[in-house]
Amino acid sequence: MGEYRHRLKDYIREDTMPHRFCVGCGCGTVLNAFTNAVEGLGLKPTRMVCVSGIGCSSWIPSPYFKADTLHTTHGRPIAFASGVKIMRPDLTVVVIAGDGDIAGIGGNHLIHAARRNIDLAVFMVNNMIYGMTGGQVAPTTPRGVKTSTTPHRNVEPAFEIAELVAAAGATYVARWTTYHVFPLMESMQNAMKKKGFSFIEIISQCPENYGRRIGLRTGNDFLKKYKEQSIRIEKARGMSEEELKGRITVGKLCDRDRPEFTAELHDLTNELVLNLKQEGAT
Amino acid sequence: MIEIDENLCKGCEICIEFCPLRVFEKSDKLNRKGYYVPLVVQEDECVGCRLCELLCPEFAIIIMNE
Amino acid sequence: MMAINQDRKRYLGRLEGKTYFILGDEACAYGAIYAGCDFFAGYPITPASEVAELLALELPKSGGICIQMEDELASMAAIIGAAWTGARTMTTTSGPGFSLMQENIGYAIMTETPCVVVDVQRSGPSTGQATKPAQGDVLQARWGTHGDHNIIALAPNSAQECLDLMLDCFDLADSYRTPVIMLTDGAIGHLRESVIMPRLSSIKHAARKLAKPGEEVFGGPELVPGMIHYGEGHNVHVTGSTHLASGMRDVSTPQVHDVLVNRIYKKIDENREKIVRIEQDITKNGKARAGVISYGATSRPAYGAVKRARLEGKKIDFLRLITIWPFARKQVAAFGQDLDTILVPEMNLGQISREIERFVDCKVTPVPKIGGIPPTVDEICQAIREVT
Repeated sequence: MGEYRHRLKDYIREDTMPHRFCVGCGCGTVLNAFTNAVEGLGLKPTRMVCVSGIGCSSWIPSPYFKADTLHTTHGRPIAFASGVKIMRPDLTVVVIAGDGDIAGIGGNHLIHAARRNIDLAVFMVNNMIYGMTGGQVAPTTPRGVKTSTTPHRNVEPAFEIAELVAAAGATYVARWTTYHVFPLMESMQNAMKKKGFSFIEIISQCPENYGRRIGLRTGNDFLKKYKEQSIRIEKARGMSEEELKGRITVGKLCDRDRPEFTAELHDLTNELVLNLKQEGAT
Repeated sequence: MIEIDENLCKGCEICIEFCPLRVFEKSDKLNRKGYYVPLVVQEDECVGCRLCELLCPEFAIIIMNE
Repeated sequence: MMAINQDRKRYLGRLEGKTYFILGDEACAYGAIYAGCDFFAGYPITPASEVAELLALELPKSGGICIQMEDELASMAAIIGAAWTGARTMTTTSGPGFSLMQENIGYAIMTETPCVVVDVQRSGPSTGQATKPAQGDVLQARWGTHGDHNIIALAPNSAQECLDLMLDCFDLADSYRTPVIMLTDGAIGHLRESVIMPRLSSIKHAARKLAKPGEEVFGGPELVPGMIHYGEGHNVHVTGSTHLASGMRDVSTPQVHDVLVNRIYKKIDENREKIVRIEQDITKNGKARAGVISYGATSRPAYGAVKRARLEGKKIDFLRLITIWPFARKQVAAFGQDLDTILVPEMNLGQISREIERFVDCKVTPVPKIGGIPPTVDEICQAIREVT
């Protein structure tokens, strides 16, 4: 294959490239943005642990990103990541997985982690379908779409995940698409820097298993649609529901401060250990 | 300077479509995997915005700012 | 050998040598603290909640972390994640929660993650008799998760053993890089007995098997490869998919799967004799024609029945399984060698009795009892009379 010359090759497990994502898949772009975000932040991968679940987007960090990685069971990366973070609060723990994984089967772990405000950066790649398994309906698939398990039409409405996570208590929530690579990269940096539960919903394209069902056949078809349909949150605030139909609101939903879970937990333990020490001294 | 690792390219054409200065064009050159790789046709127009480098899902583009 | 850290020593120093009158569940919790448990994540469930409650109160005083997760799946996930940072971790549950944990237990087996799961068995299936004891999870402990795998499970029969065996559980988990199940039950868990807190000087922890940088974490020449923890800069790749010795996924090569799954199976199978523990009382001059094999809560009335039967002039041998899995095949085969019949009282419809049948030629008579009340000495003695 020849020597891998990319500027960021030290952040990638070289013998895993070229990666397995389909032509035009958004996962490659997300990996690109993530790697650039880490480099731009000056964060050393040796100080990171990347946790993922099951699905195409879960392959973004694992095996491609060169750091400690944990490829877990479907829906559970946030729970696994919580265990890692609690015992190593000094490491930057990032979860990258798909919408079916994080908000479908893993929904419970998502809302509780947000409620606890545990210091994790969760990047949920939302392609509105269960892509890896061939294109089954997801909790994020819009109403009416024909998928392999809703071959007639989808009769369920879709979740608004970023809003849900913000309501659950997360301290940094944003939504971007794979078209908005620069702001996405910056959001990822903010998410990883901030102490608290940071969540980014990344609307991403699956040309193979979703696109072909809705007439968007290539990565470009999707990206053009994202560019056309997206509208900044600040602008959307003044608009009616009717006006916002079919639009994707992008930007920062919230950025606030609340007590962080692992810090509170360690404070409690340290307090009790100290009490015991002092009791013994008297 | 724009460098394309042709053998990583999967011919998705995102760079061709989204470069604001139309630096790329589809070529009729096939790489080892059978994809048509993009061709840099207007290198002088490139301002080093790196949009192509970041959008490329394959890490196939390297922008080197002089 | 692992050293006991200062915070832990300070905490245990106030307990050692004392006699406490506590629940089996509470003894499990103290056992975990003695064993150096760094992290507990669990979810409430009868009759196991007391383990979590005591740990929540006491574990942080010794420097450990204790949290309640949103469900059992998250608890199991969190303890696996934490184990990869180097911590000794555990969770606790009962039947319904144990069922929920199976997928992640399988993940721990496949990724060879040391951790301890305390299953305080209760009457099932399903919600069953939530507050009543049973021994219905025995085969589930062995085969609950999908695929070919092996497991280590221990069964205490007293509050003291609840404490003592926890030390063995953590040591076995670290020595063999596997989850270990502590199969107690609601009878032992909710029984209050005297427990002597061990002296610190008598405690030795087996060290976790660790690899040197560059050594393979998921294969290599030994049955039990060493572990490398997160945060040490070695880009450890842990996955539940079939993987090479390096940890990198390879599901396409049949031989890779064959080698991996066989090794994980054999590391417990071929170390059976080092892991298995039993206790037996064989009649002198070996003239017994009948024997009783039991474990856990049932073993106490079972032994009582054996002693009473002997007073009635019968010659009965007795064997108690302390490790349920891996199964004590050699010991059970030797036990059954010259016997006509073996009775197996269990608080289920016959689970370990099937395993015993595989390894003895004599008749095996299950003595099942379900409904939530442990068998009595009278009941088991009656069963002995019926076959002798």
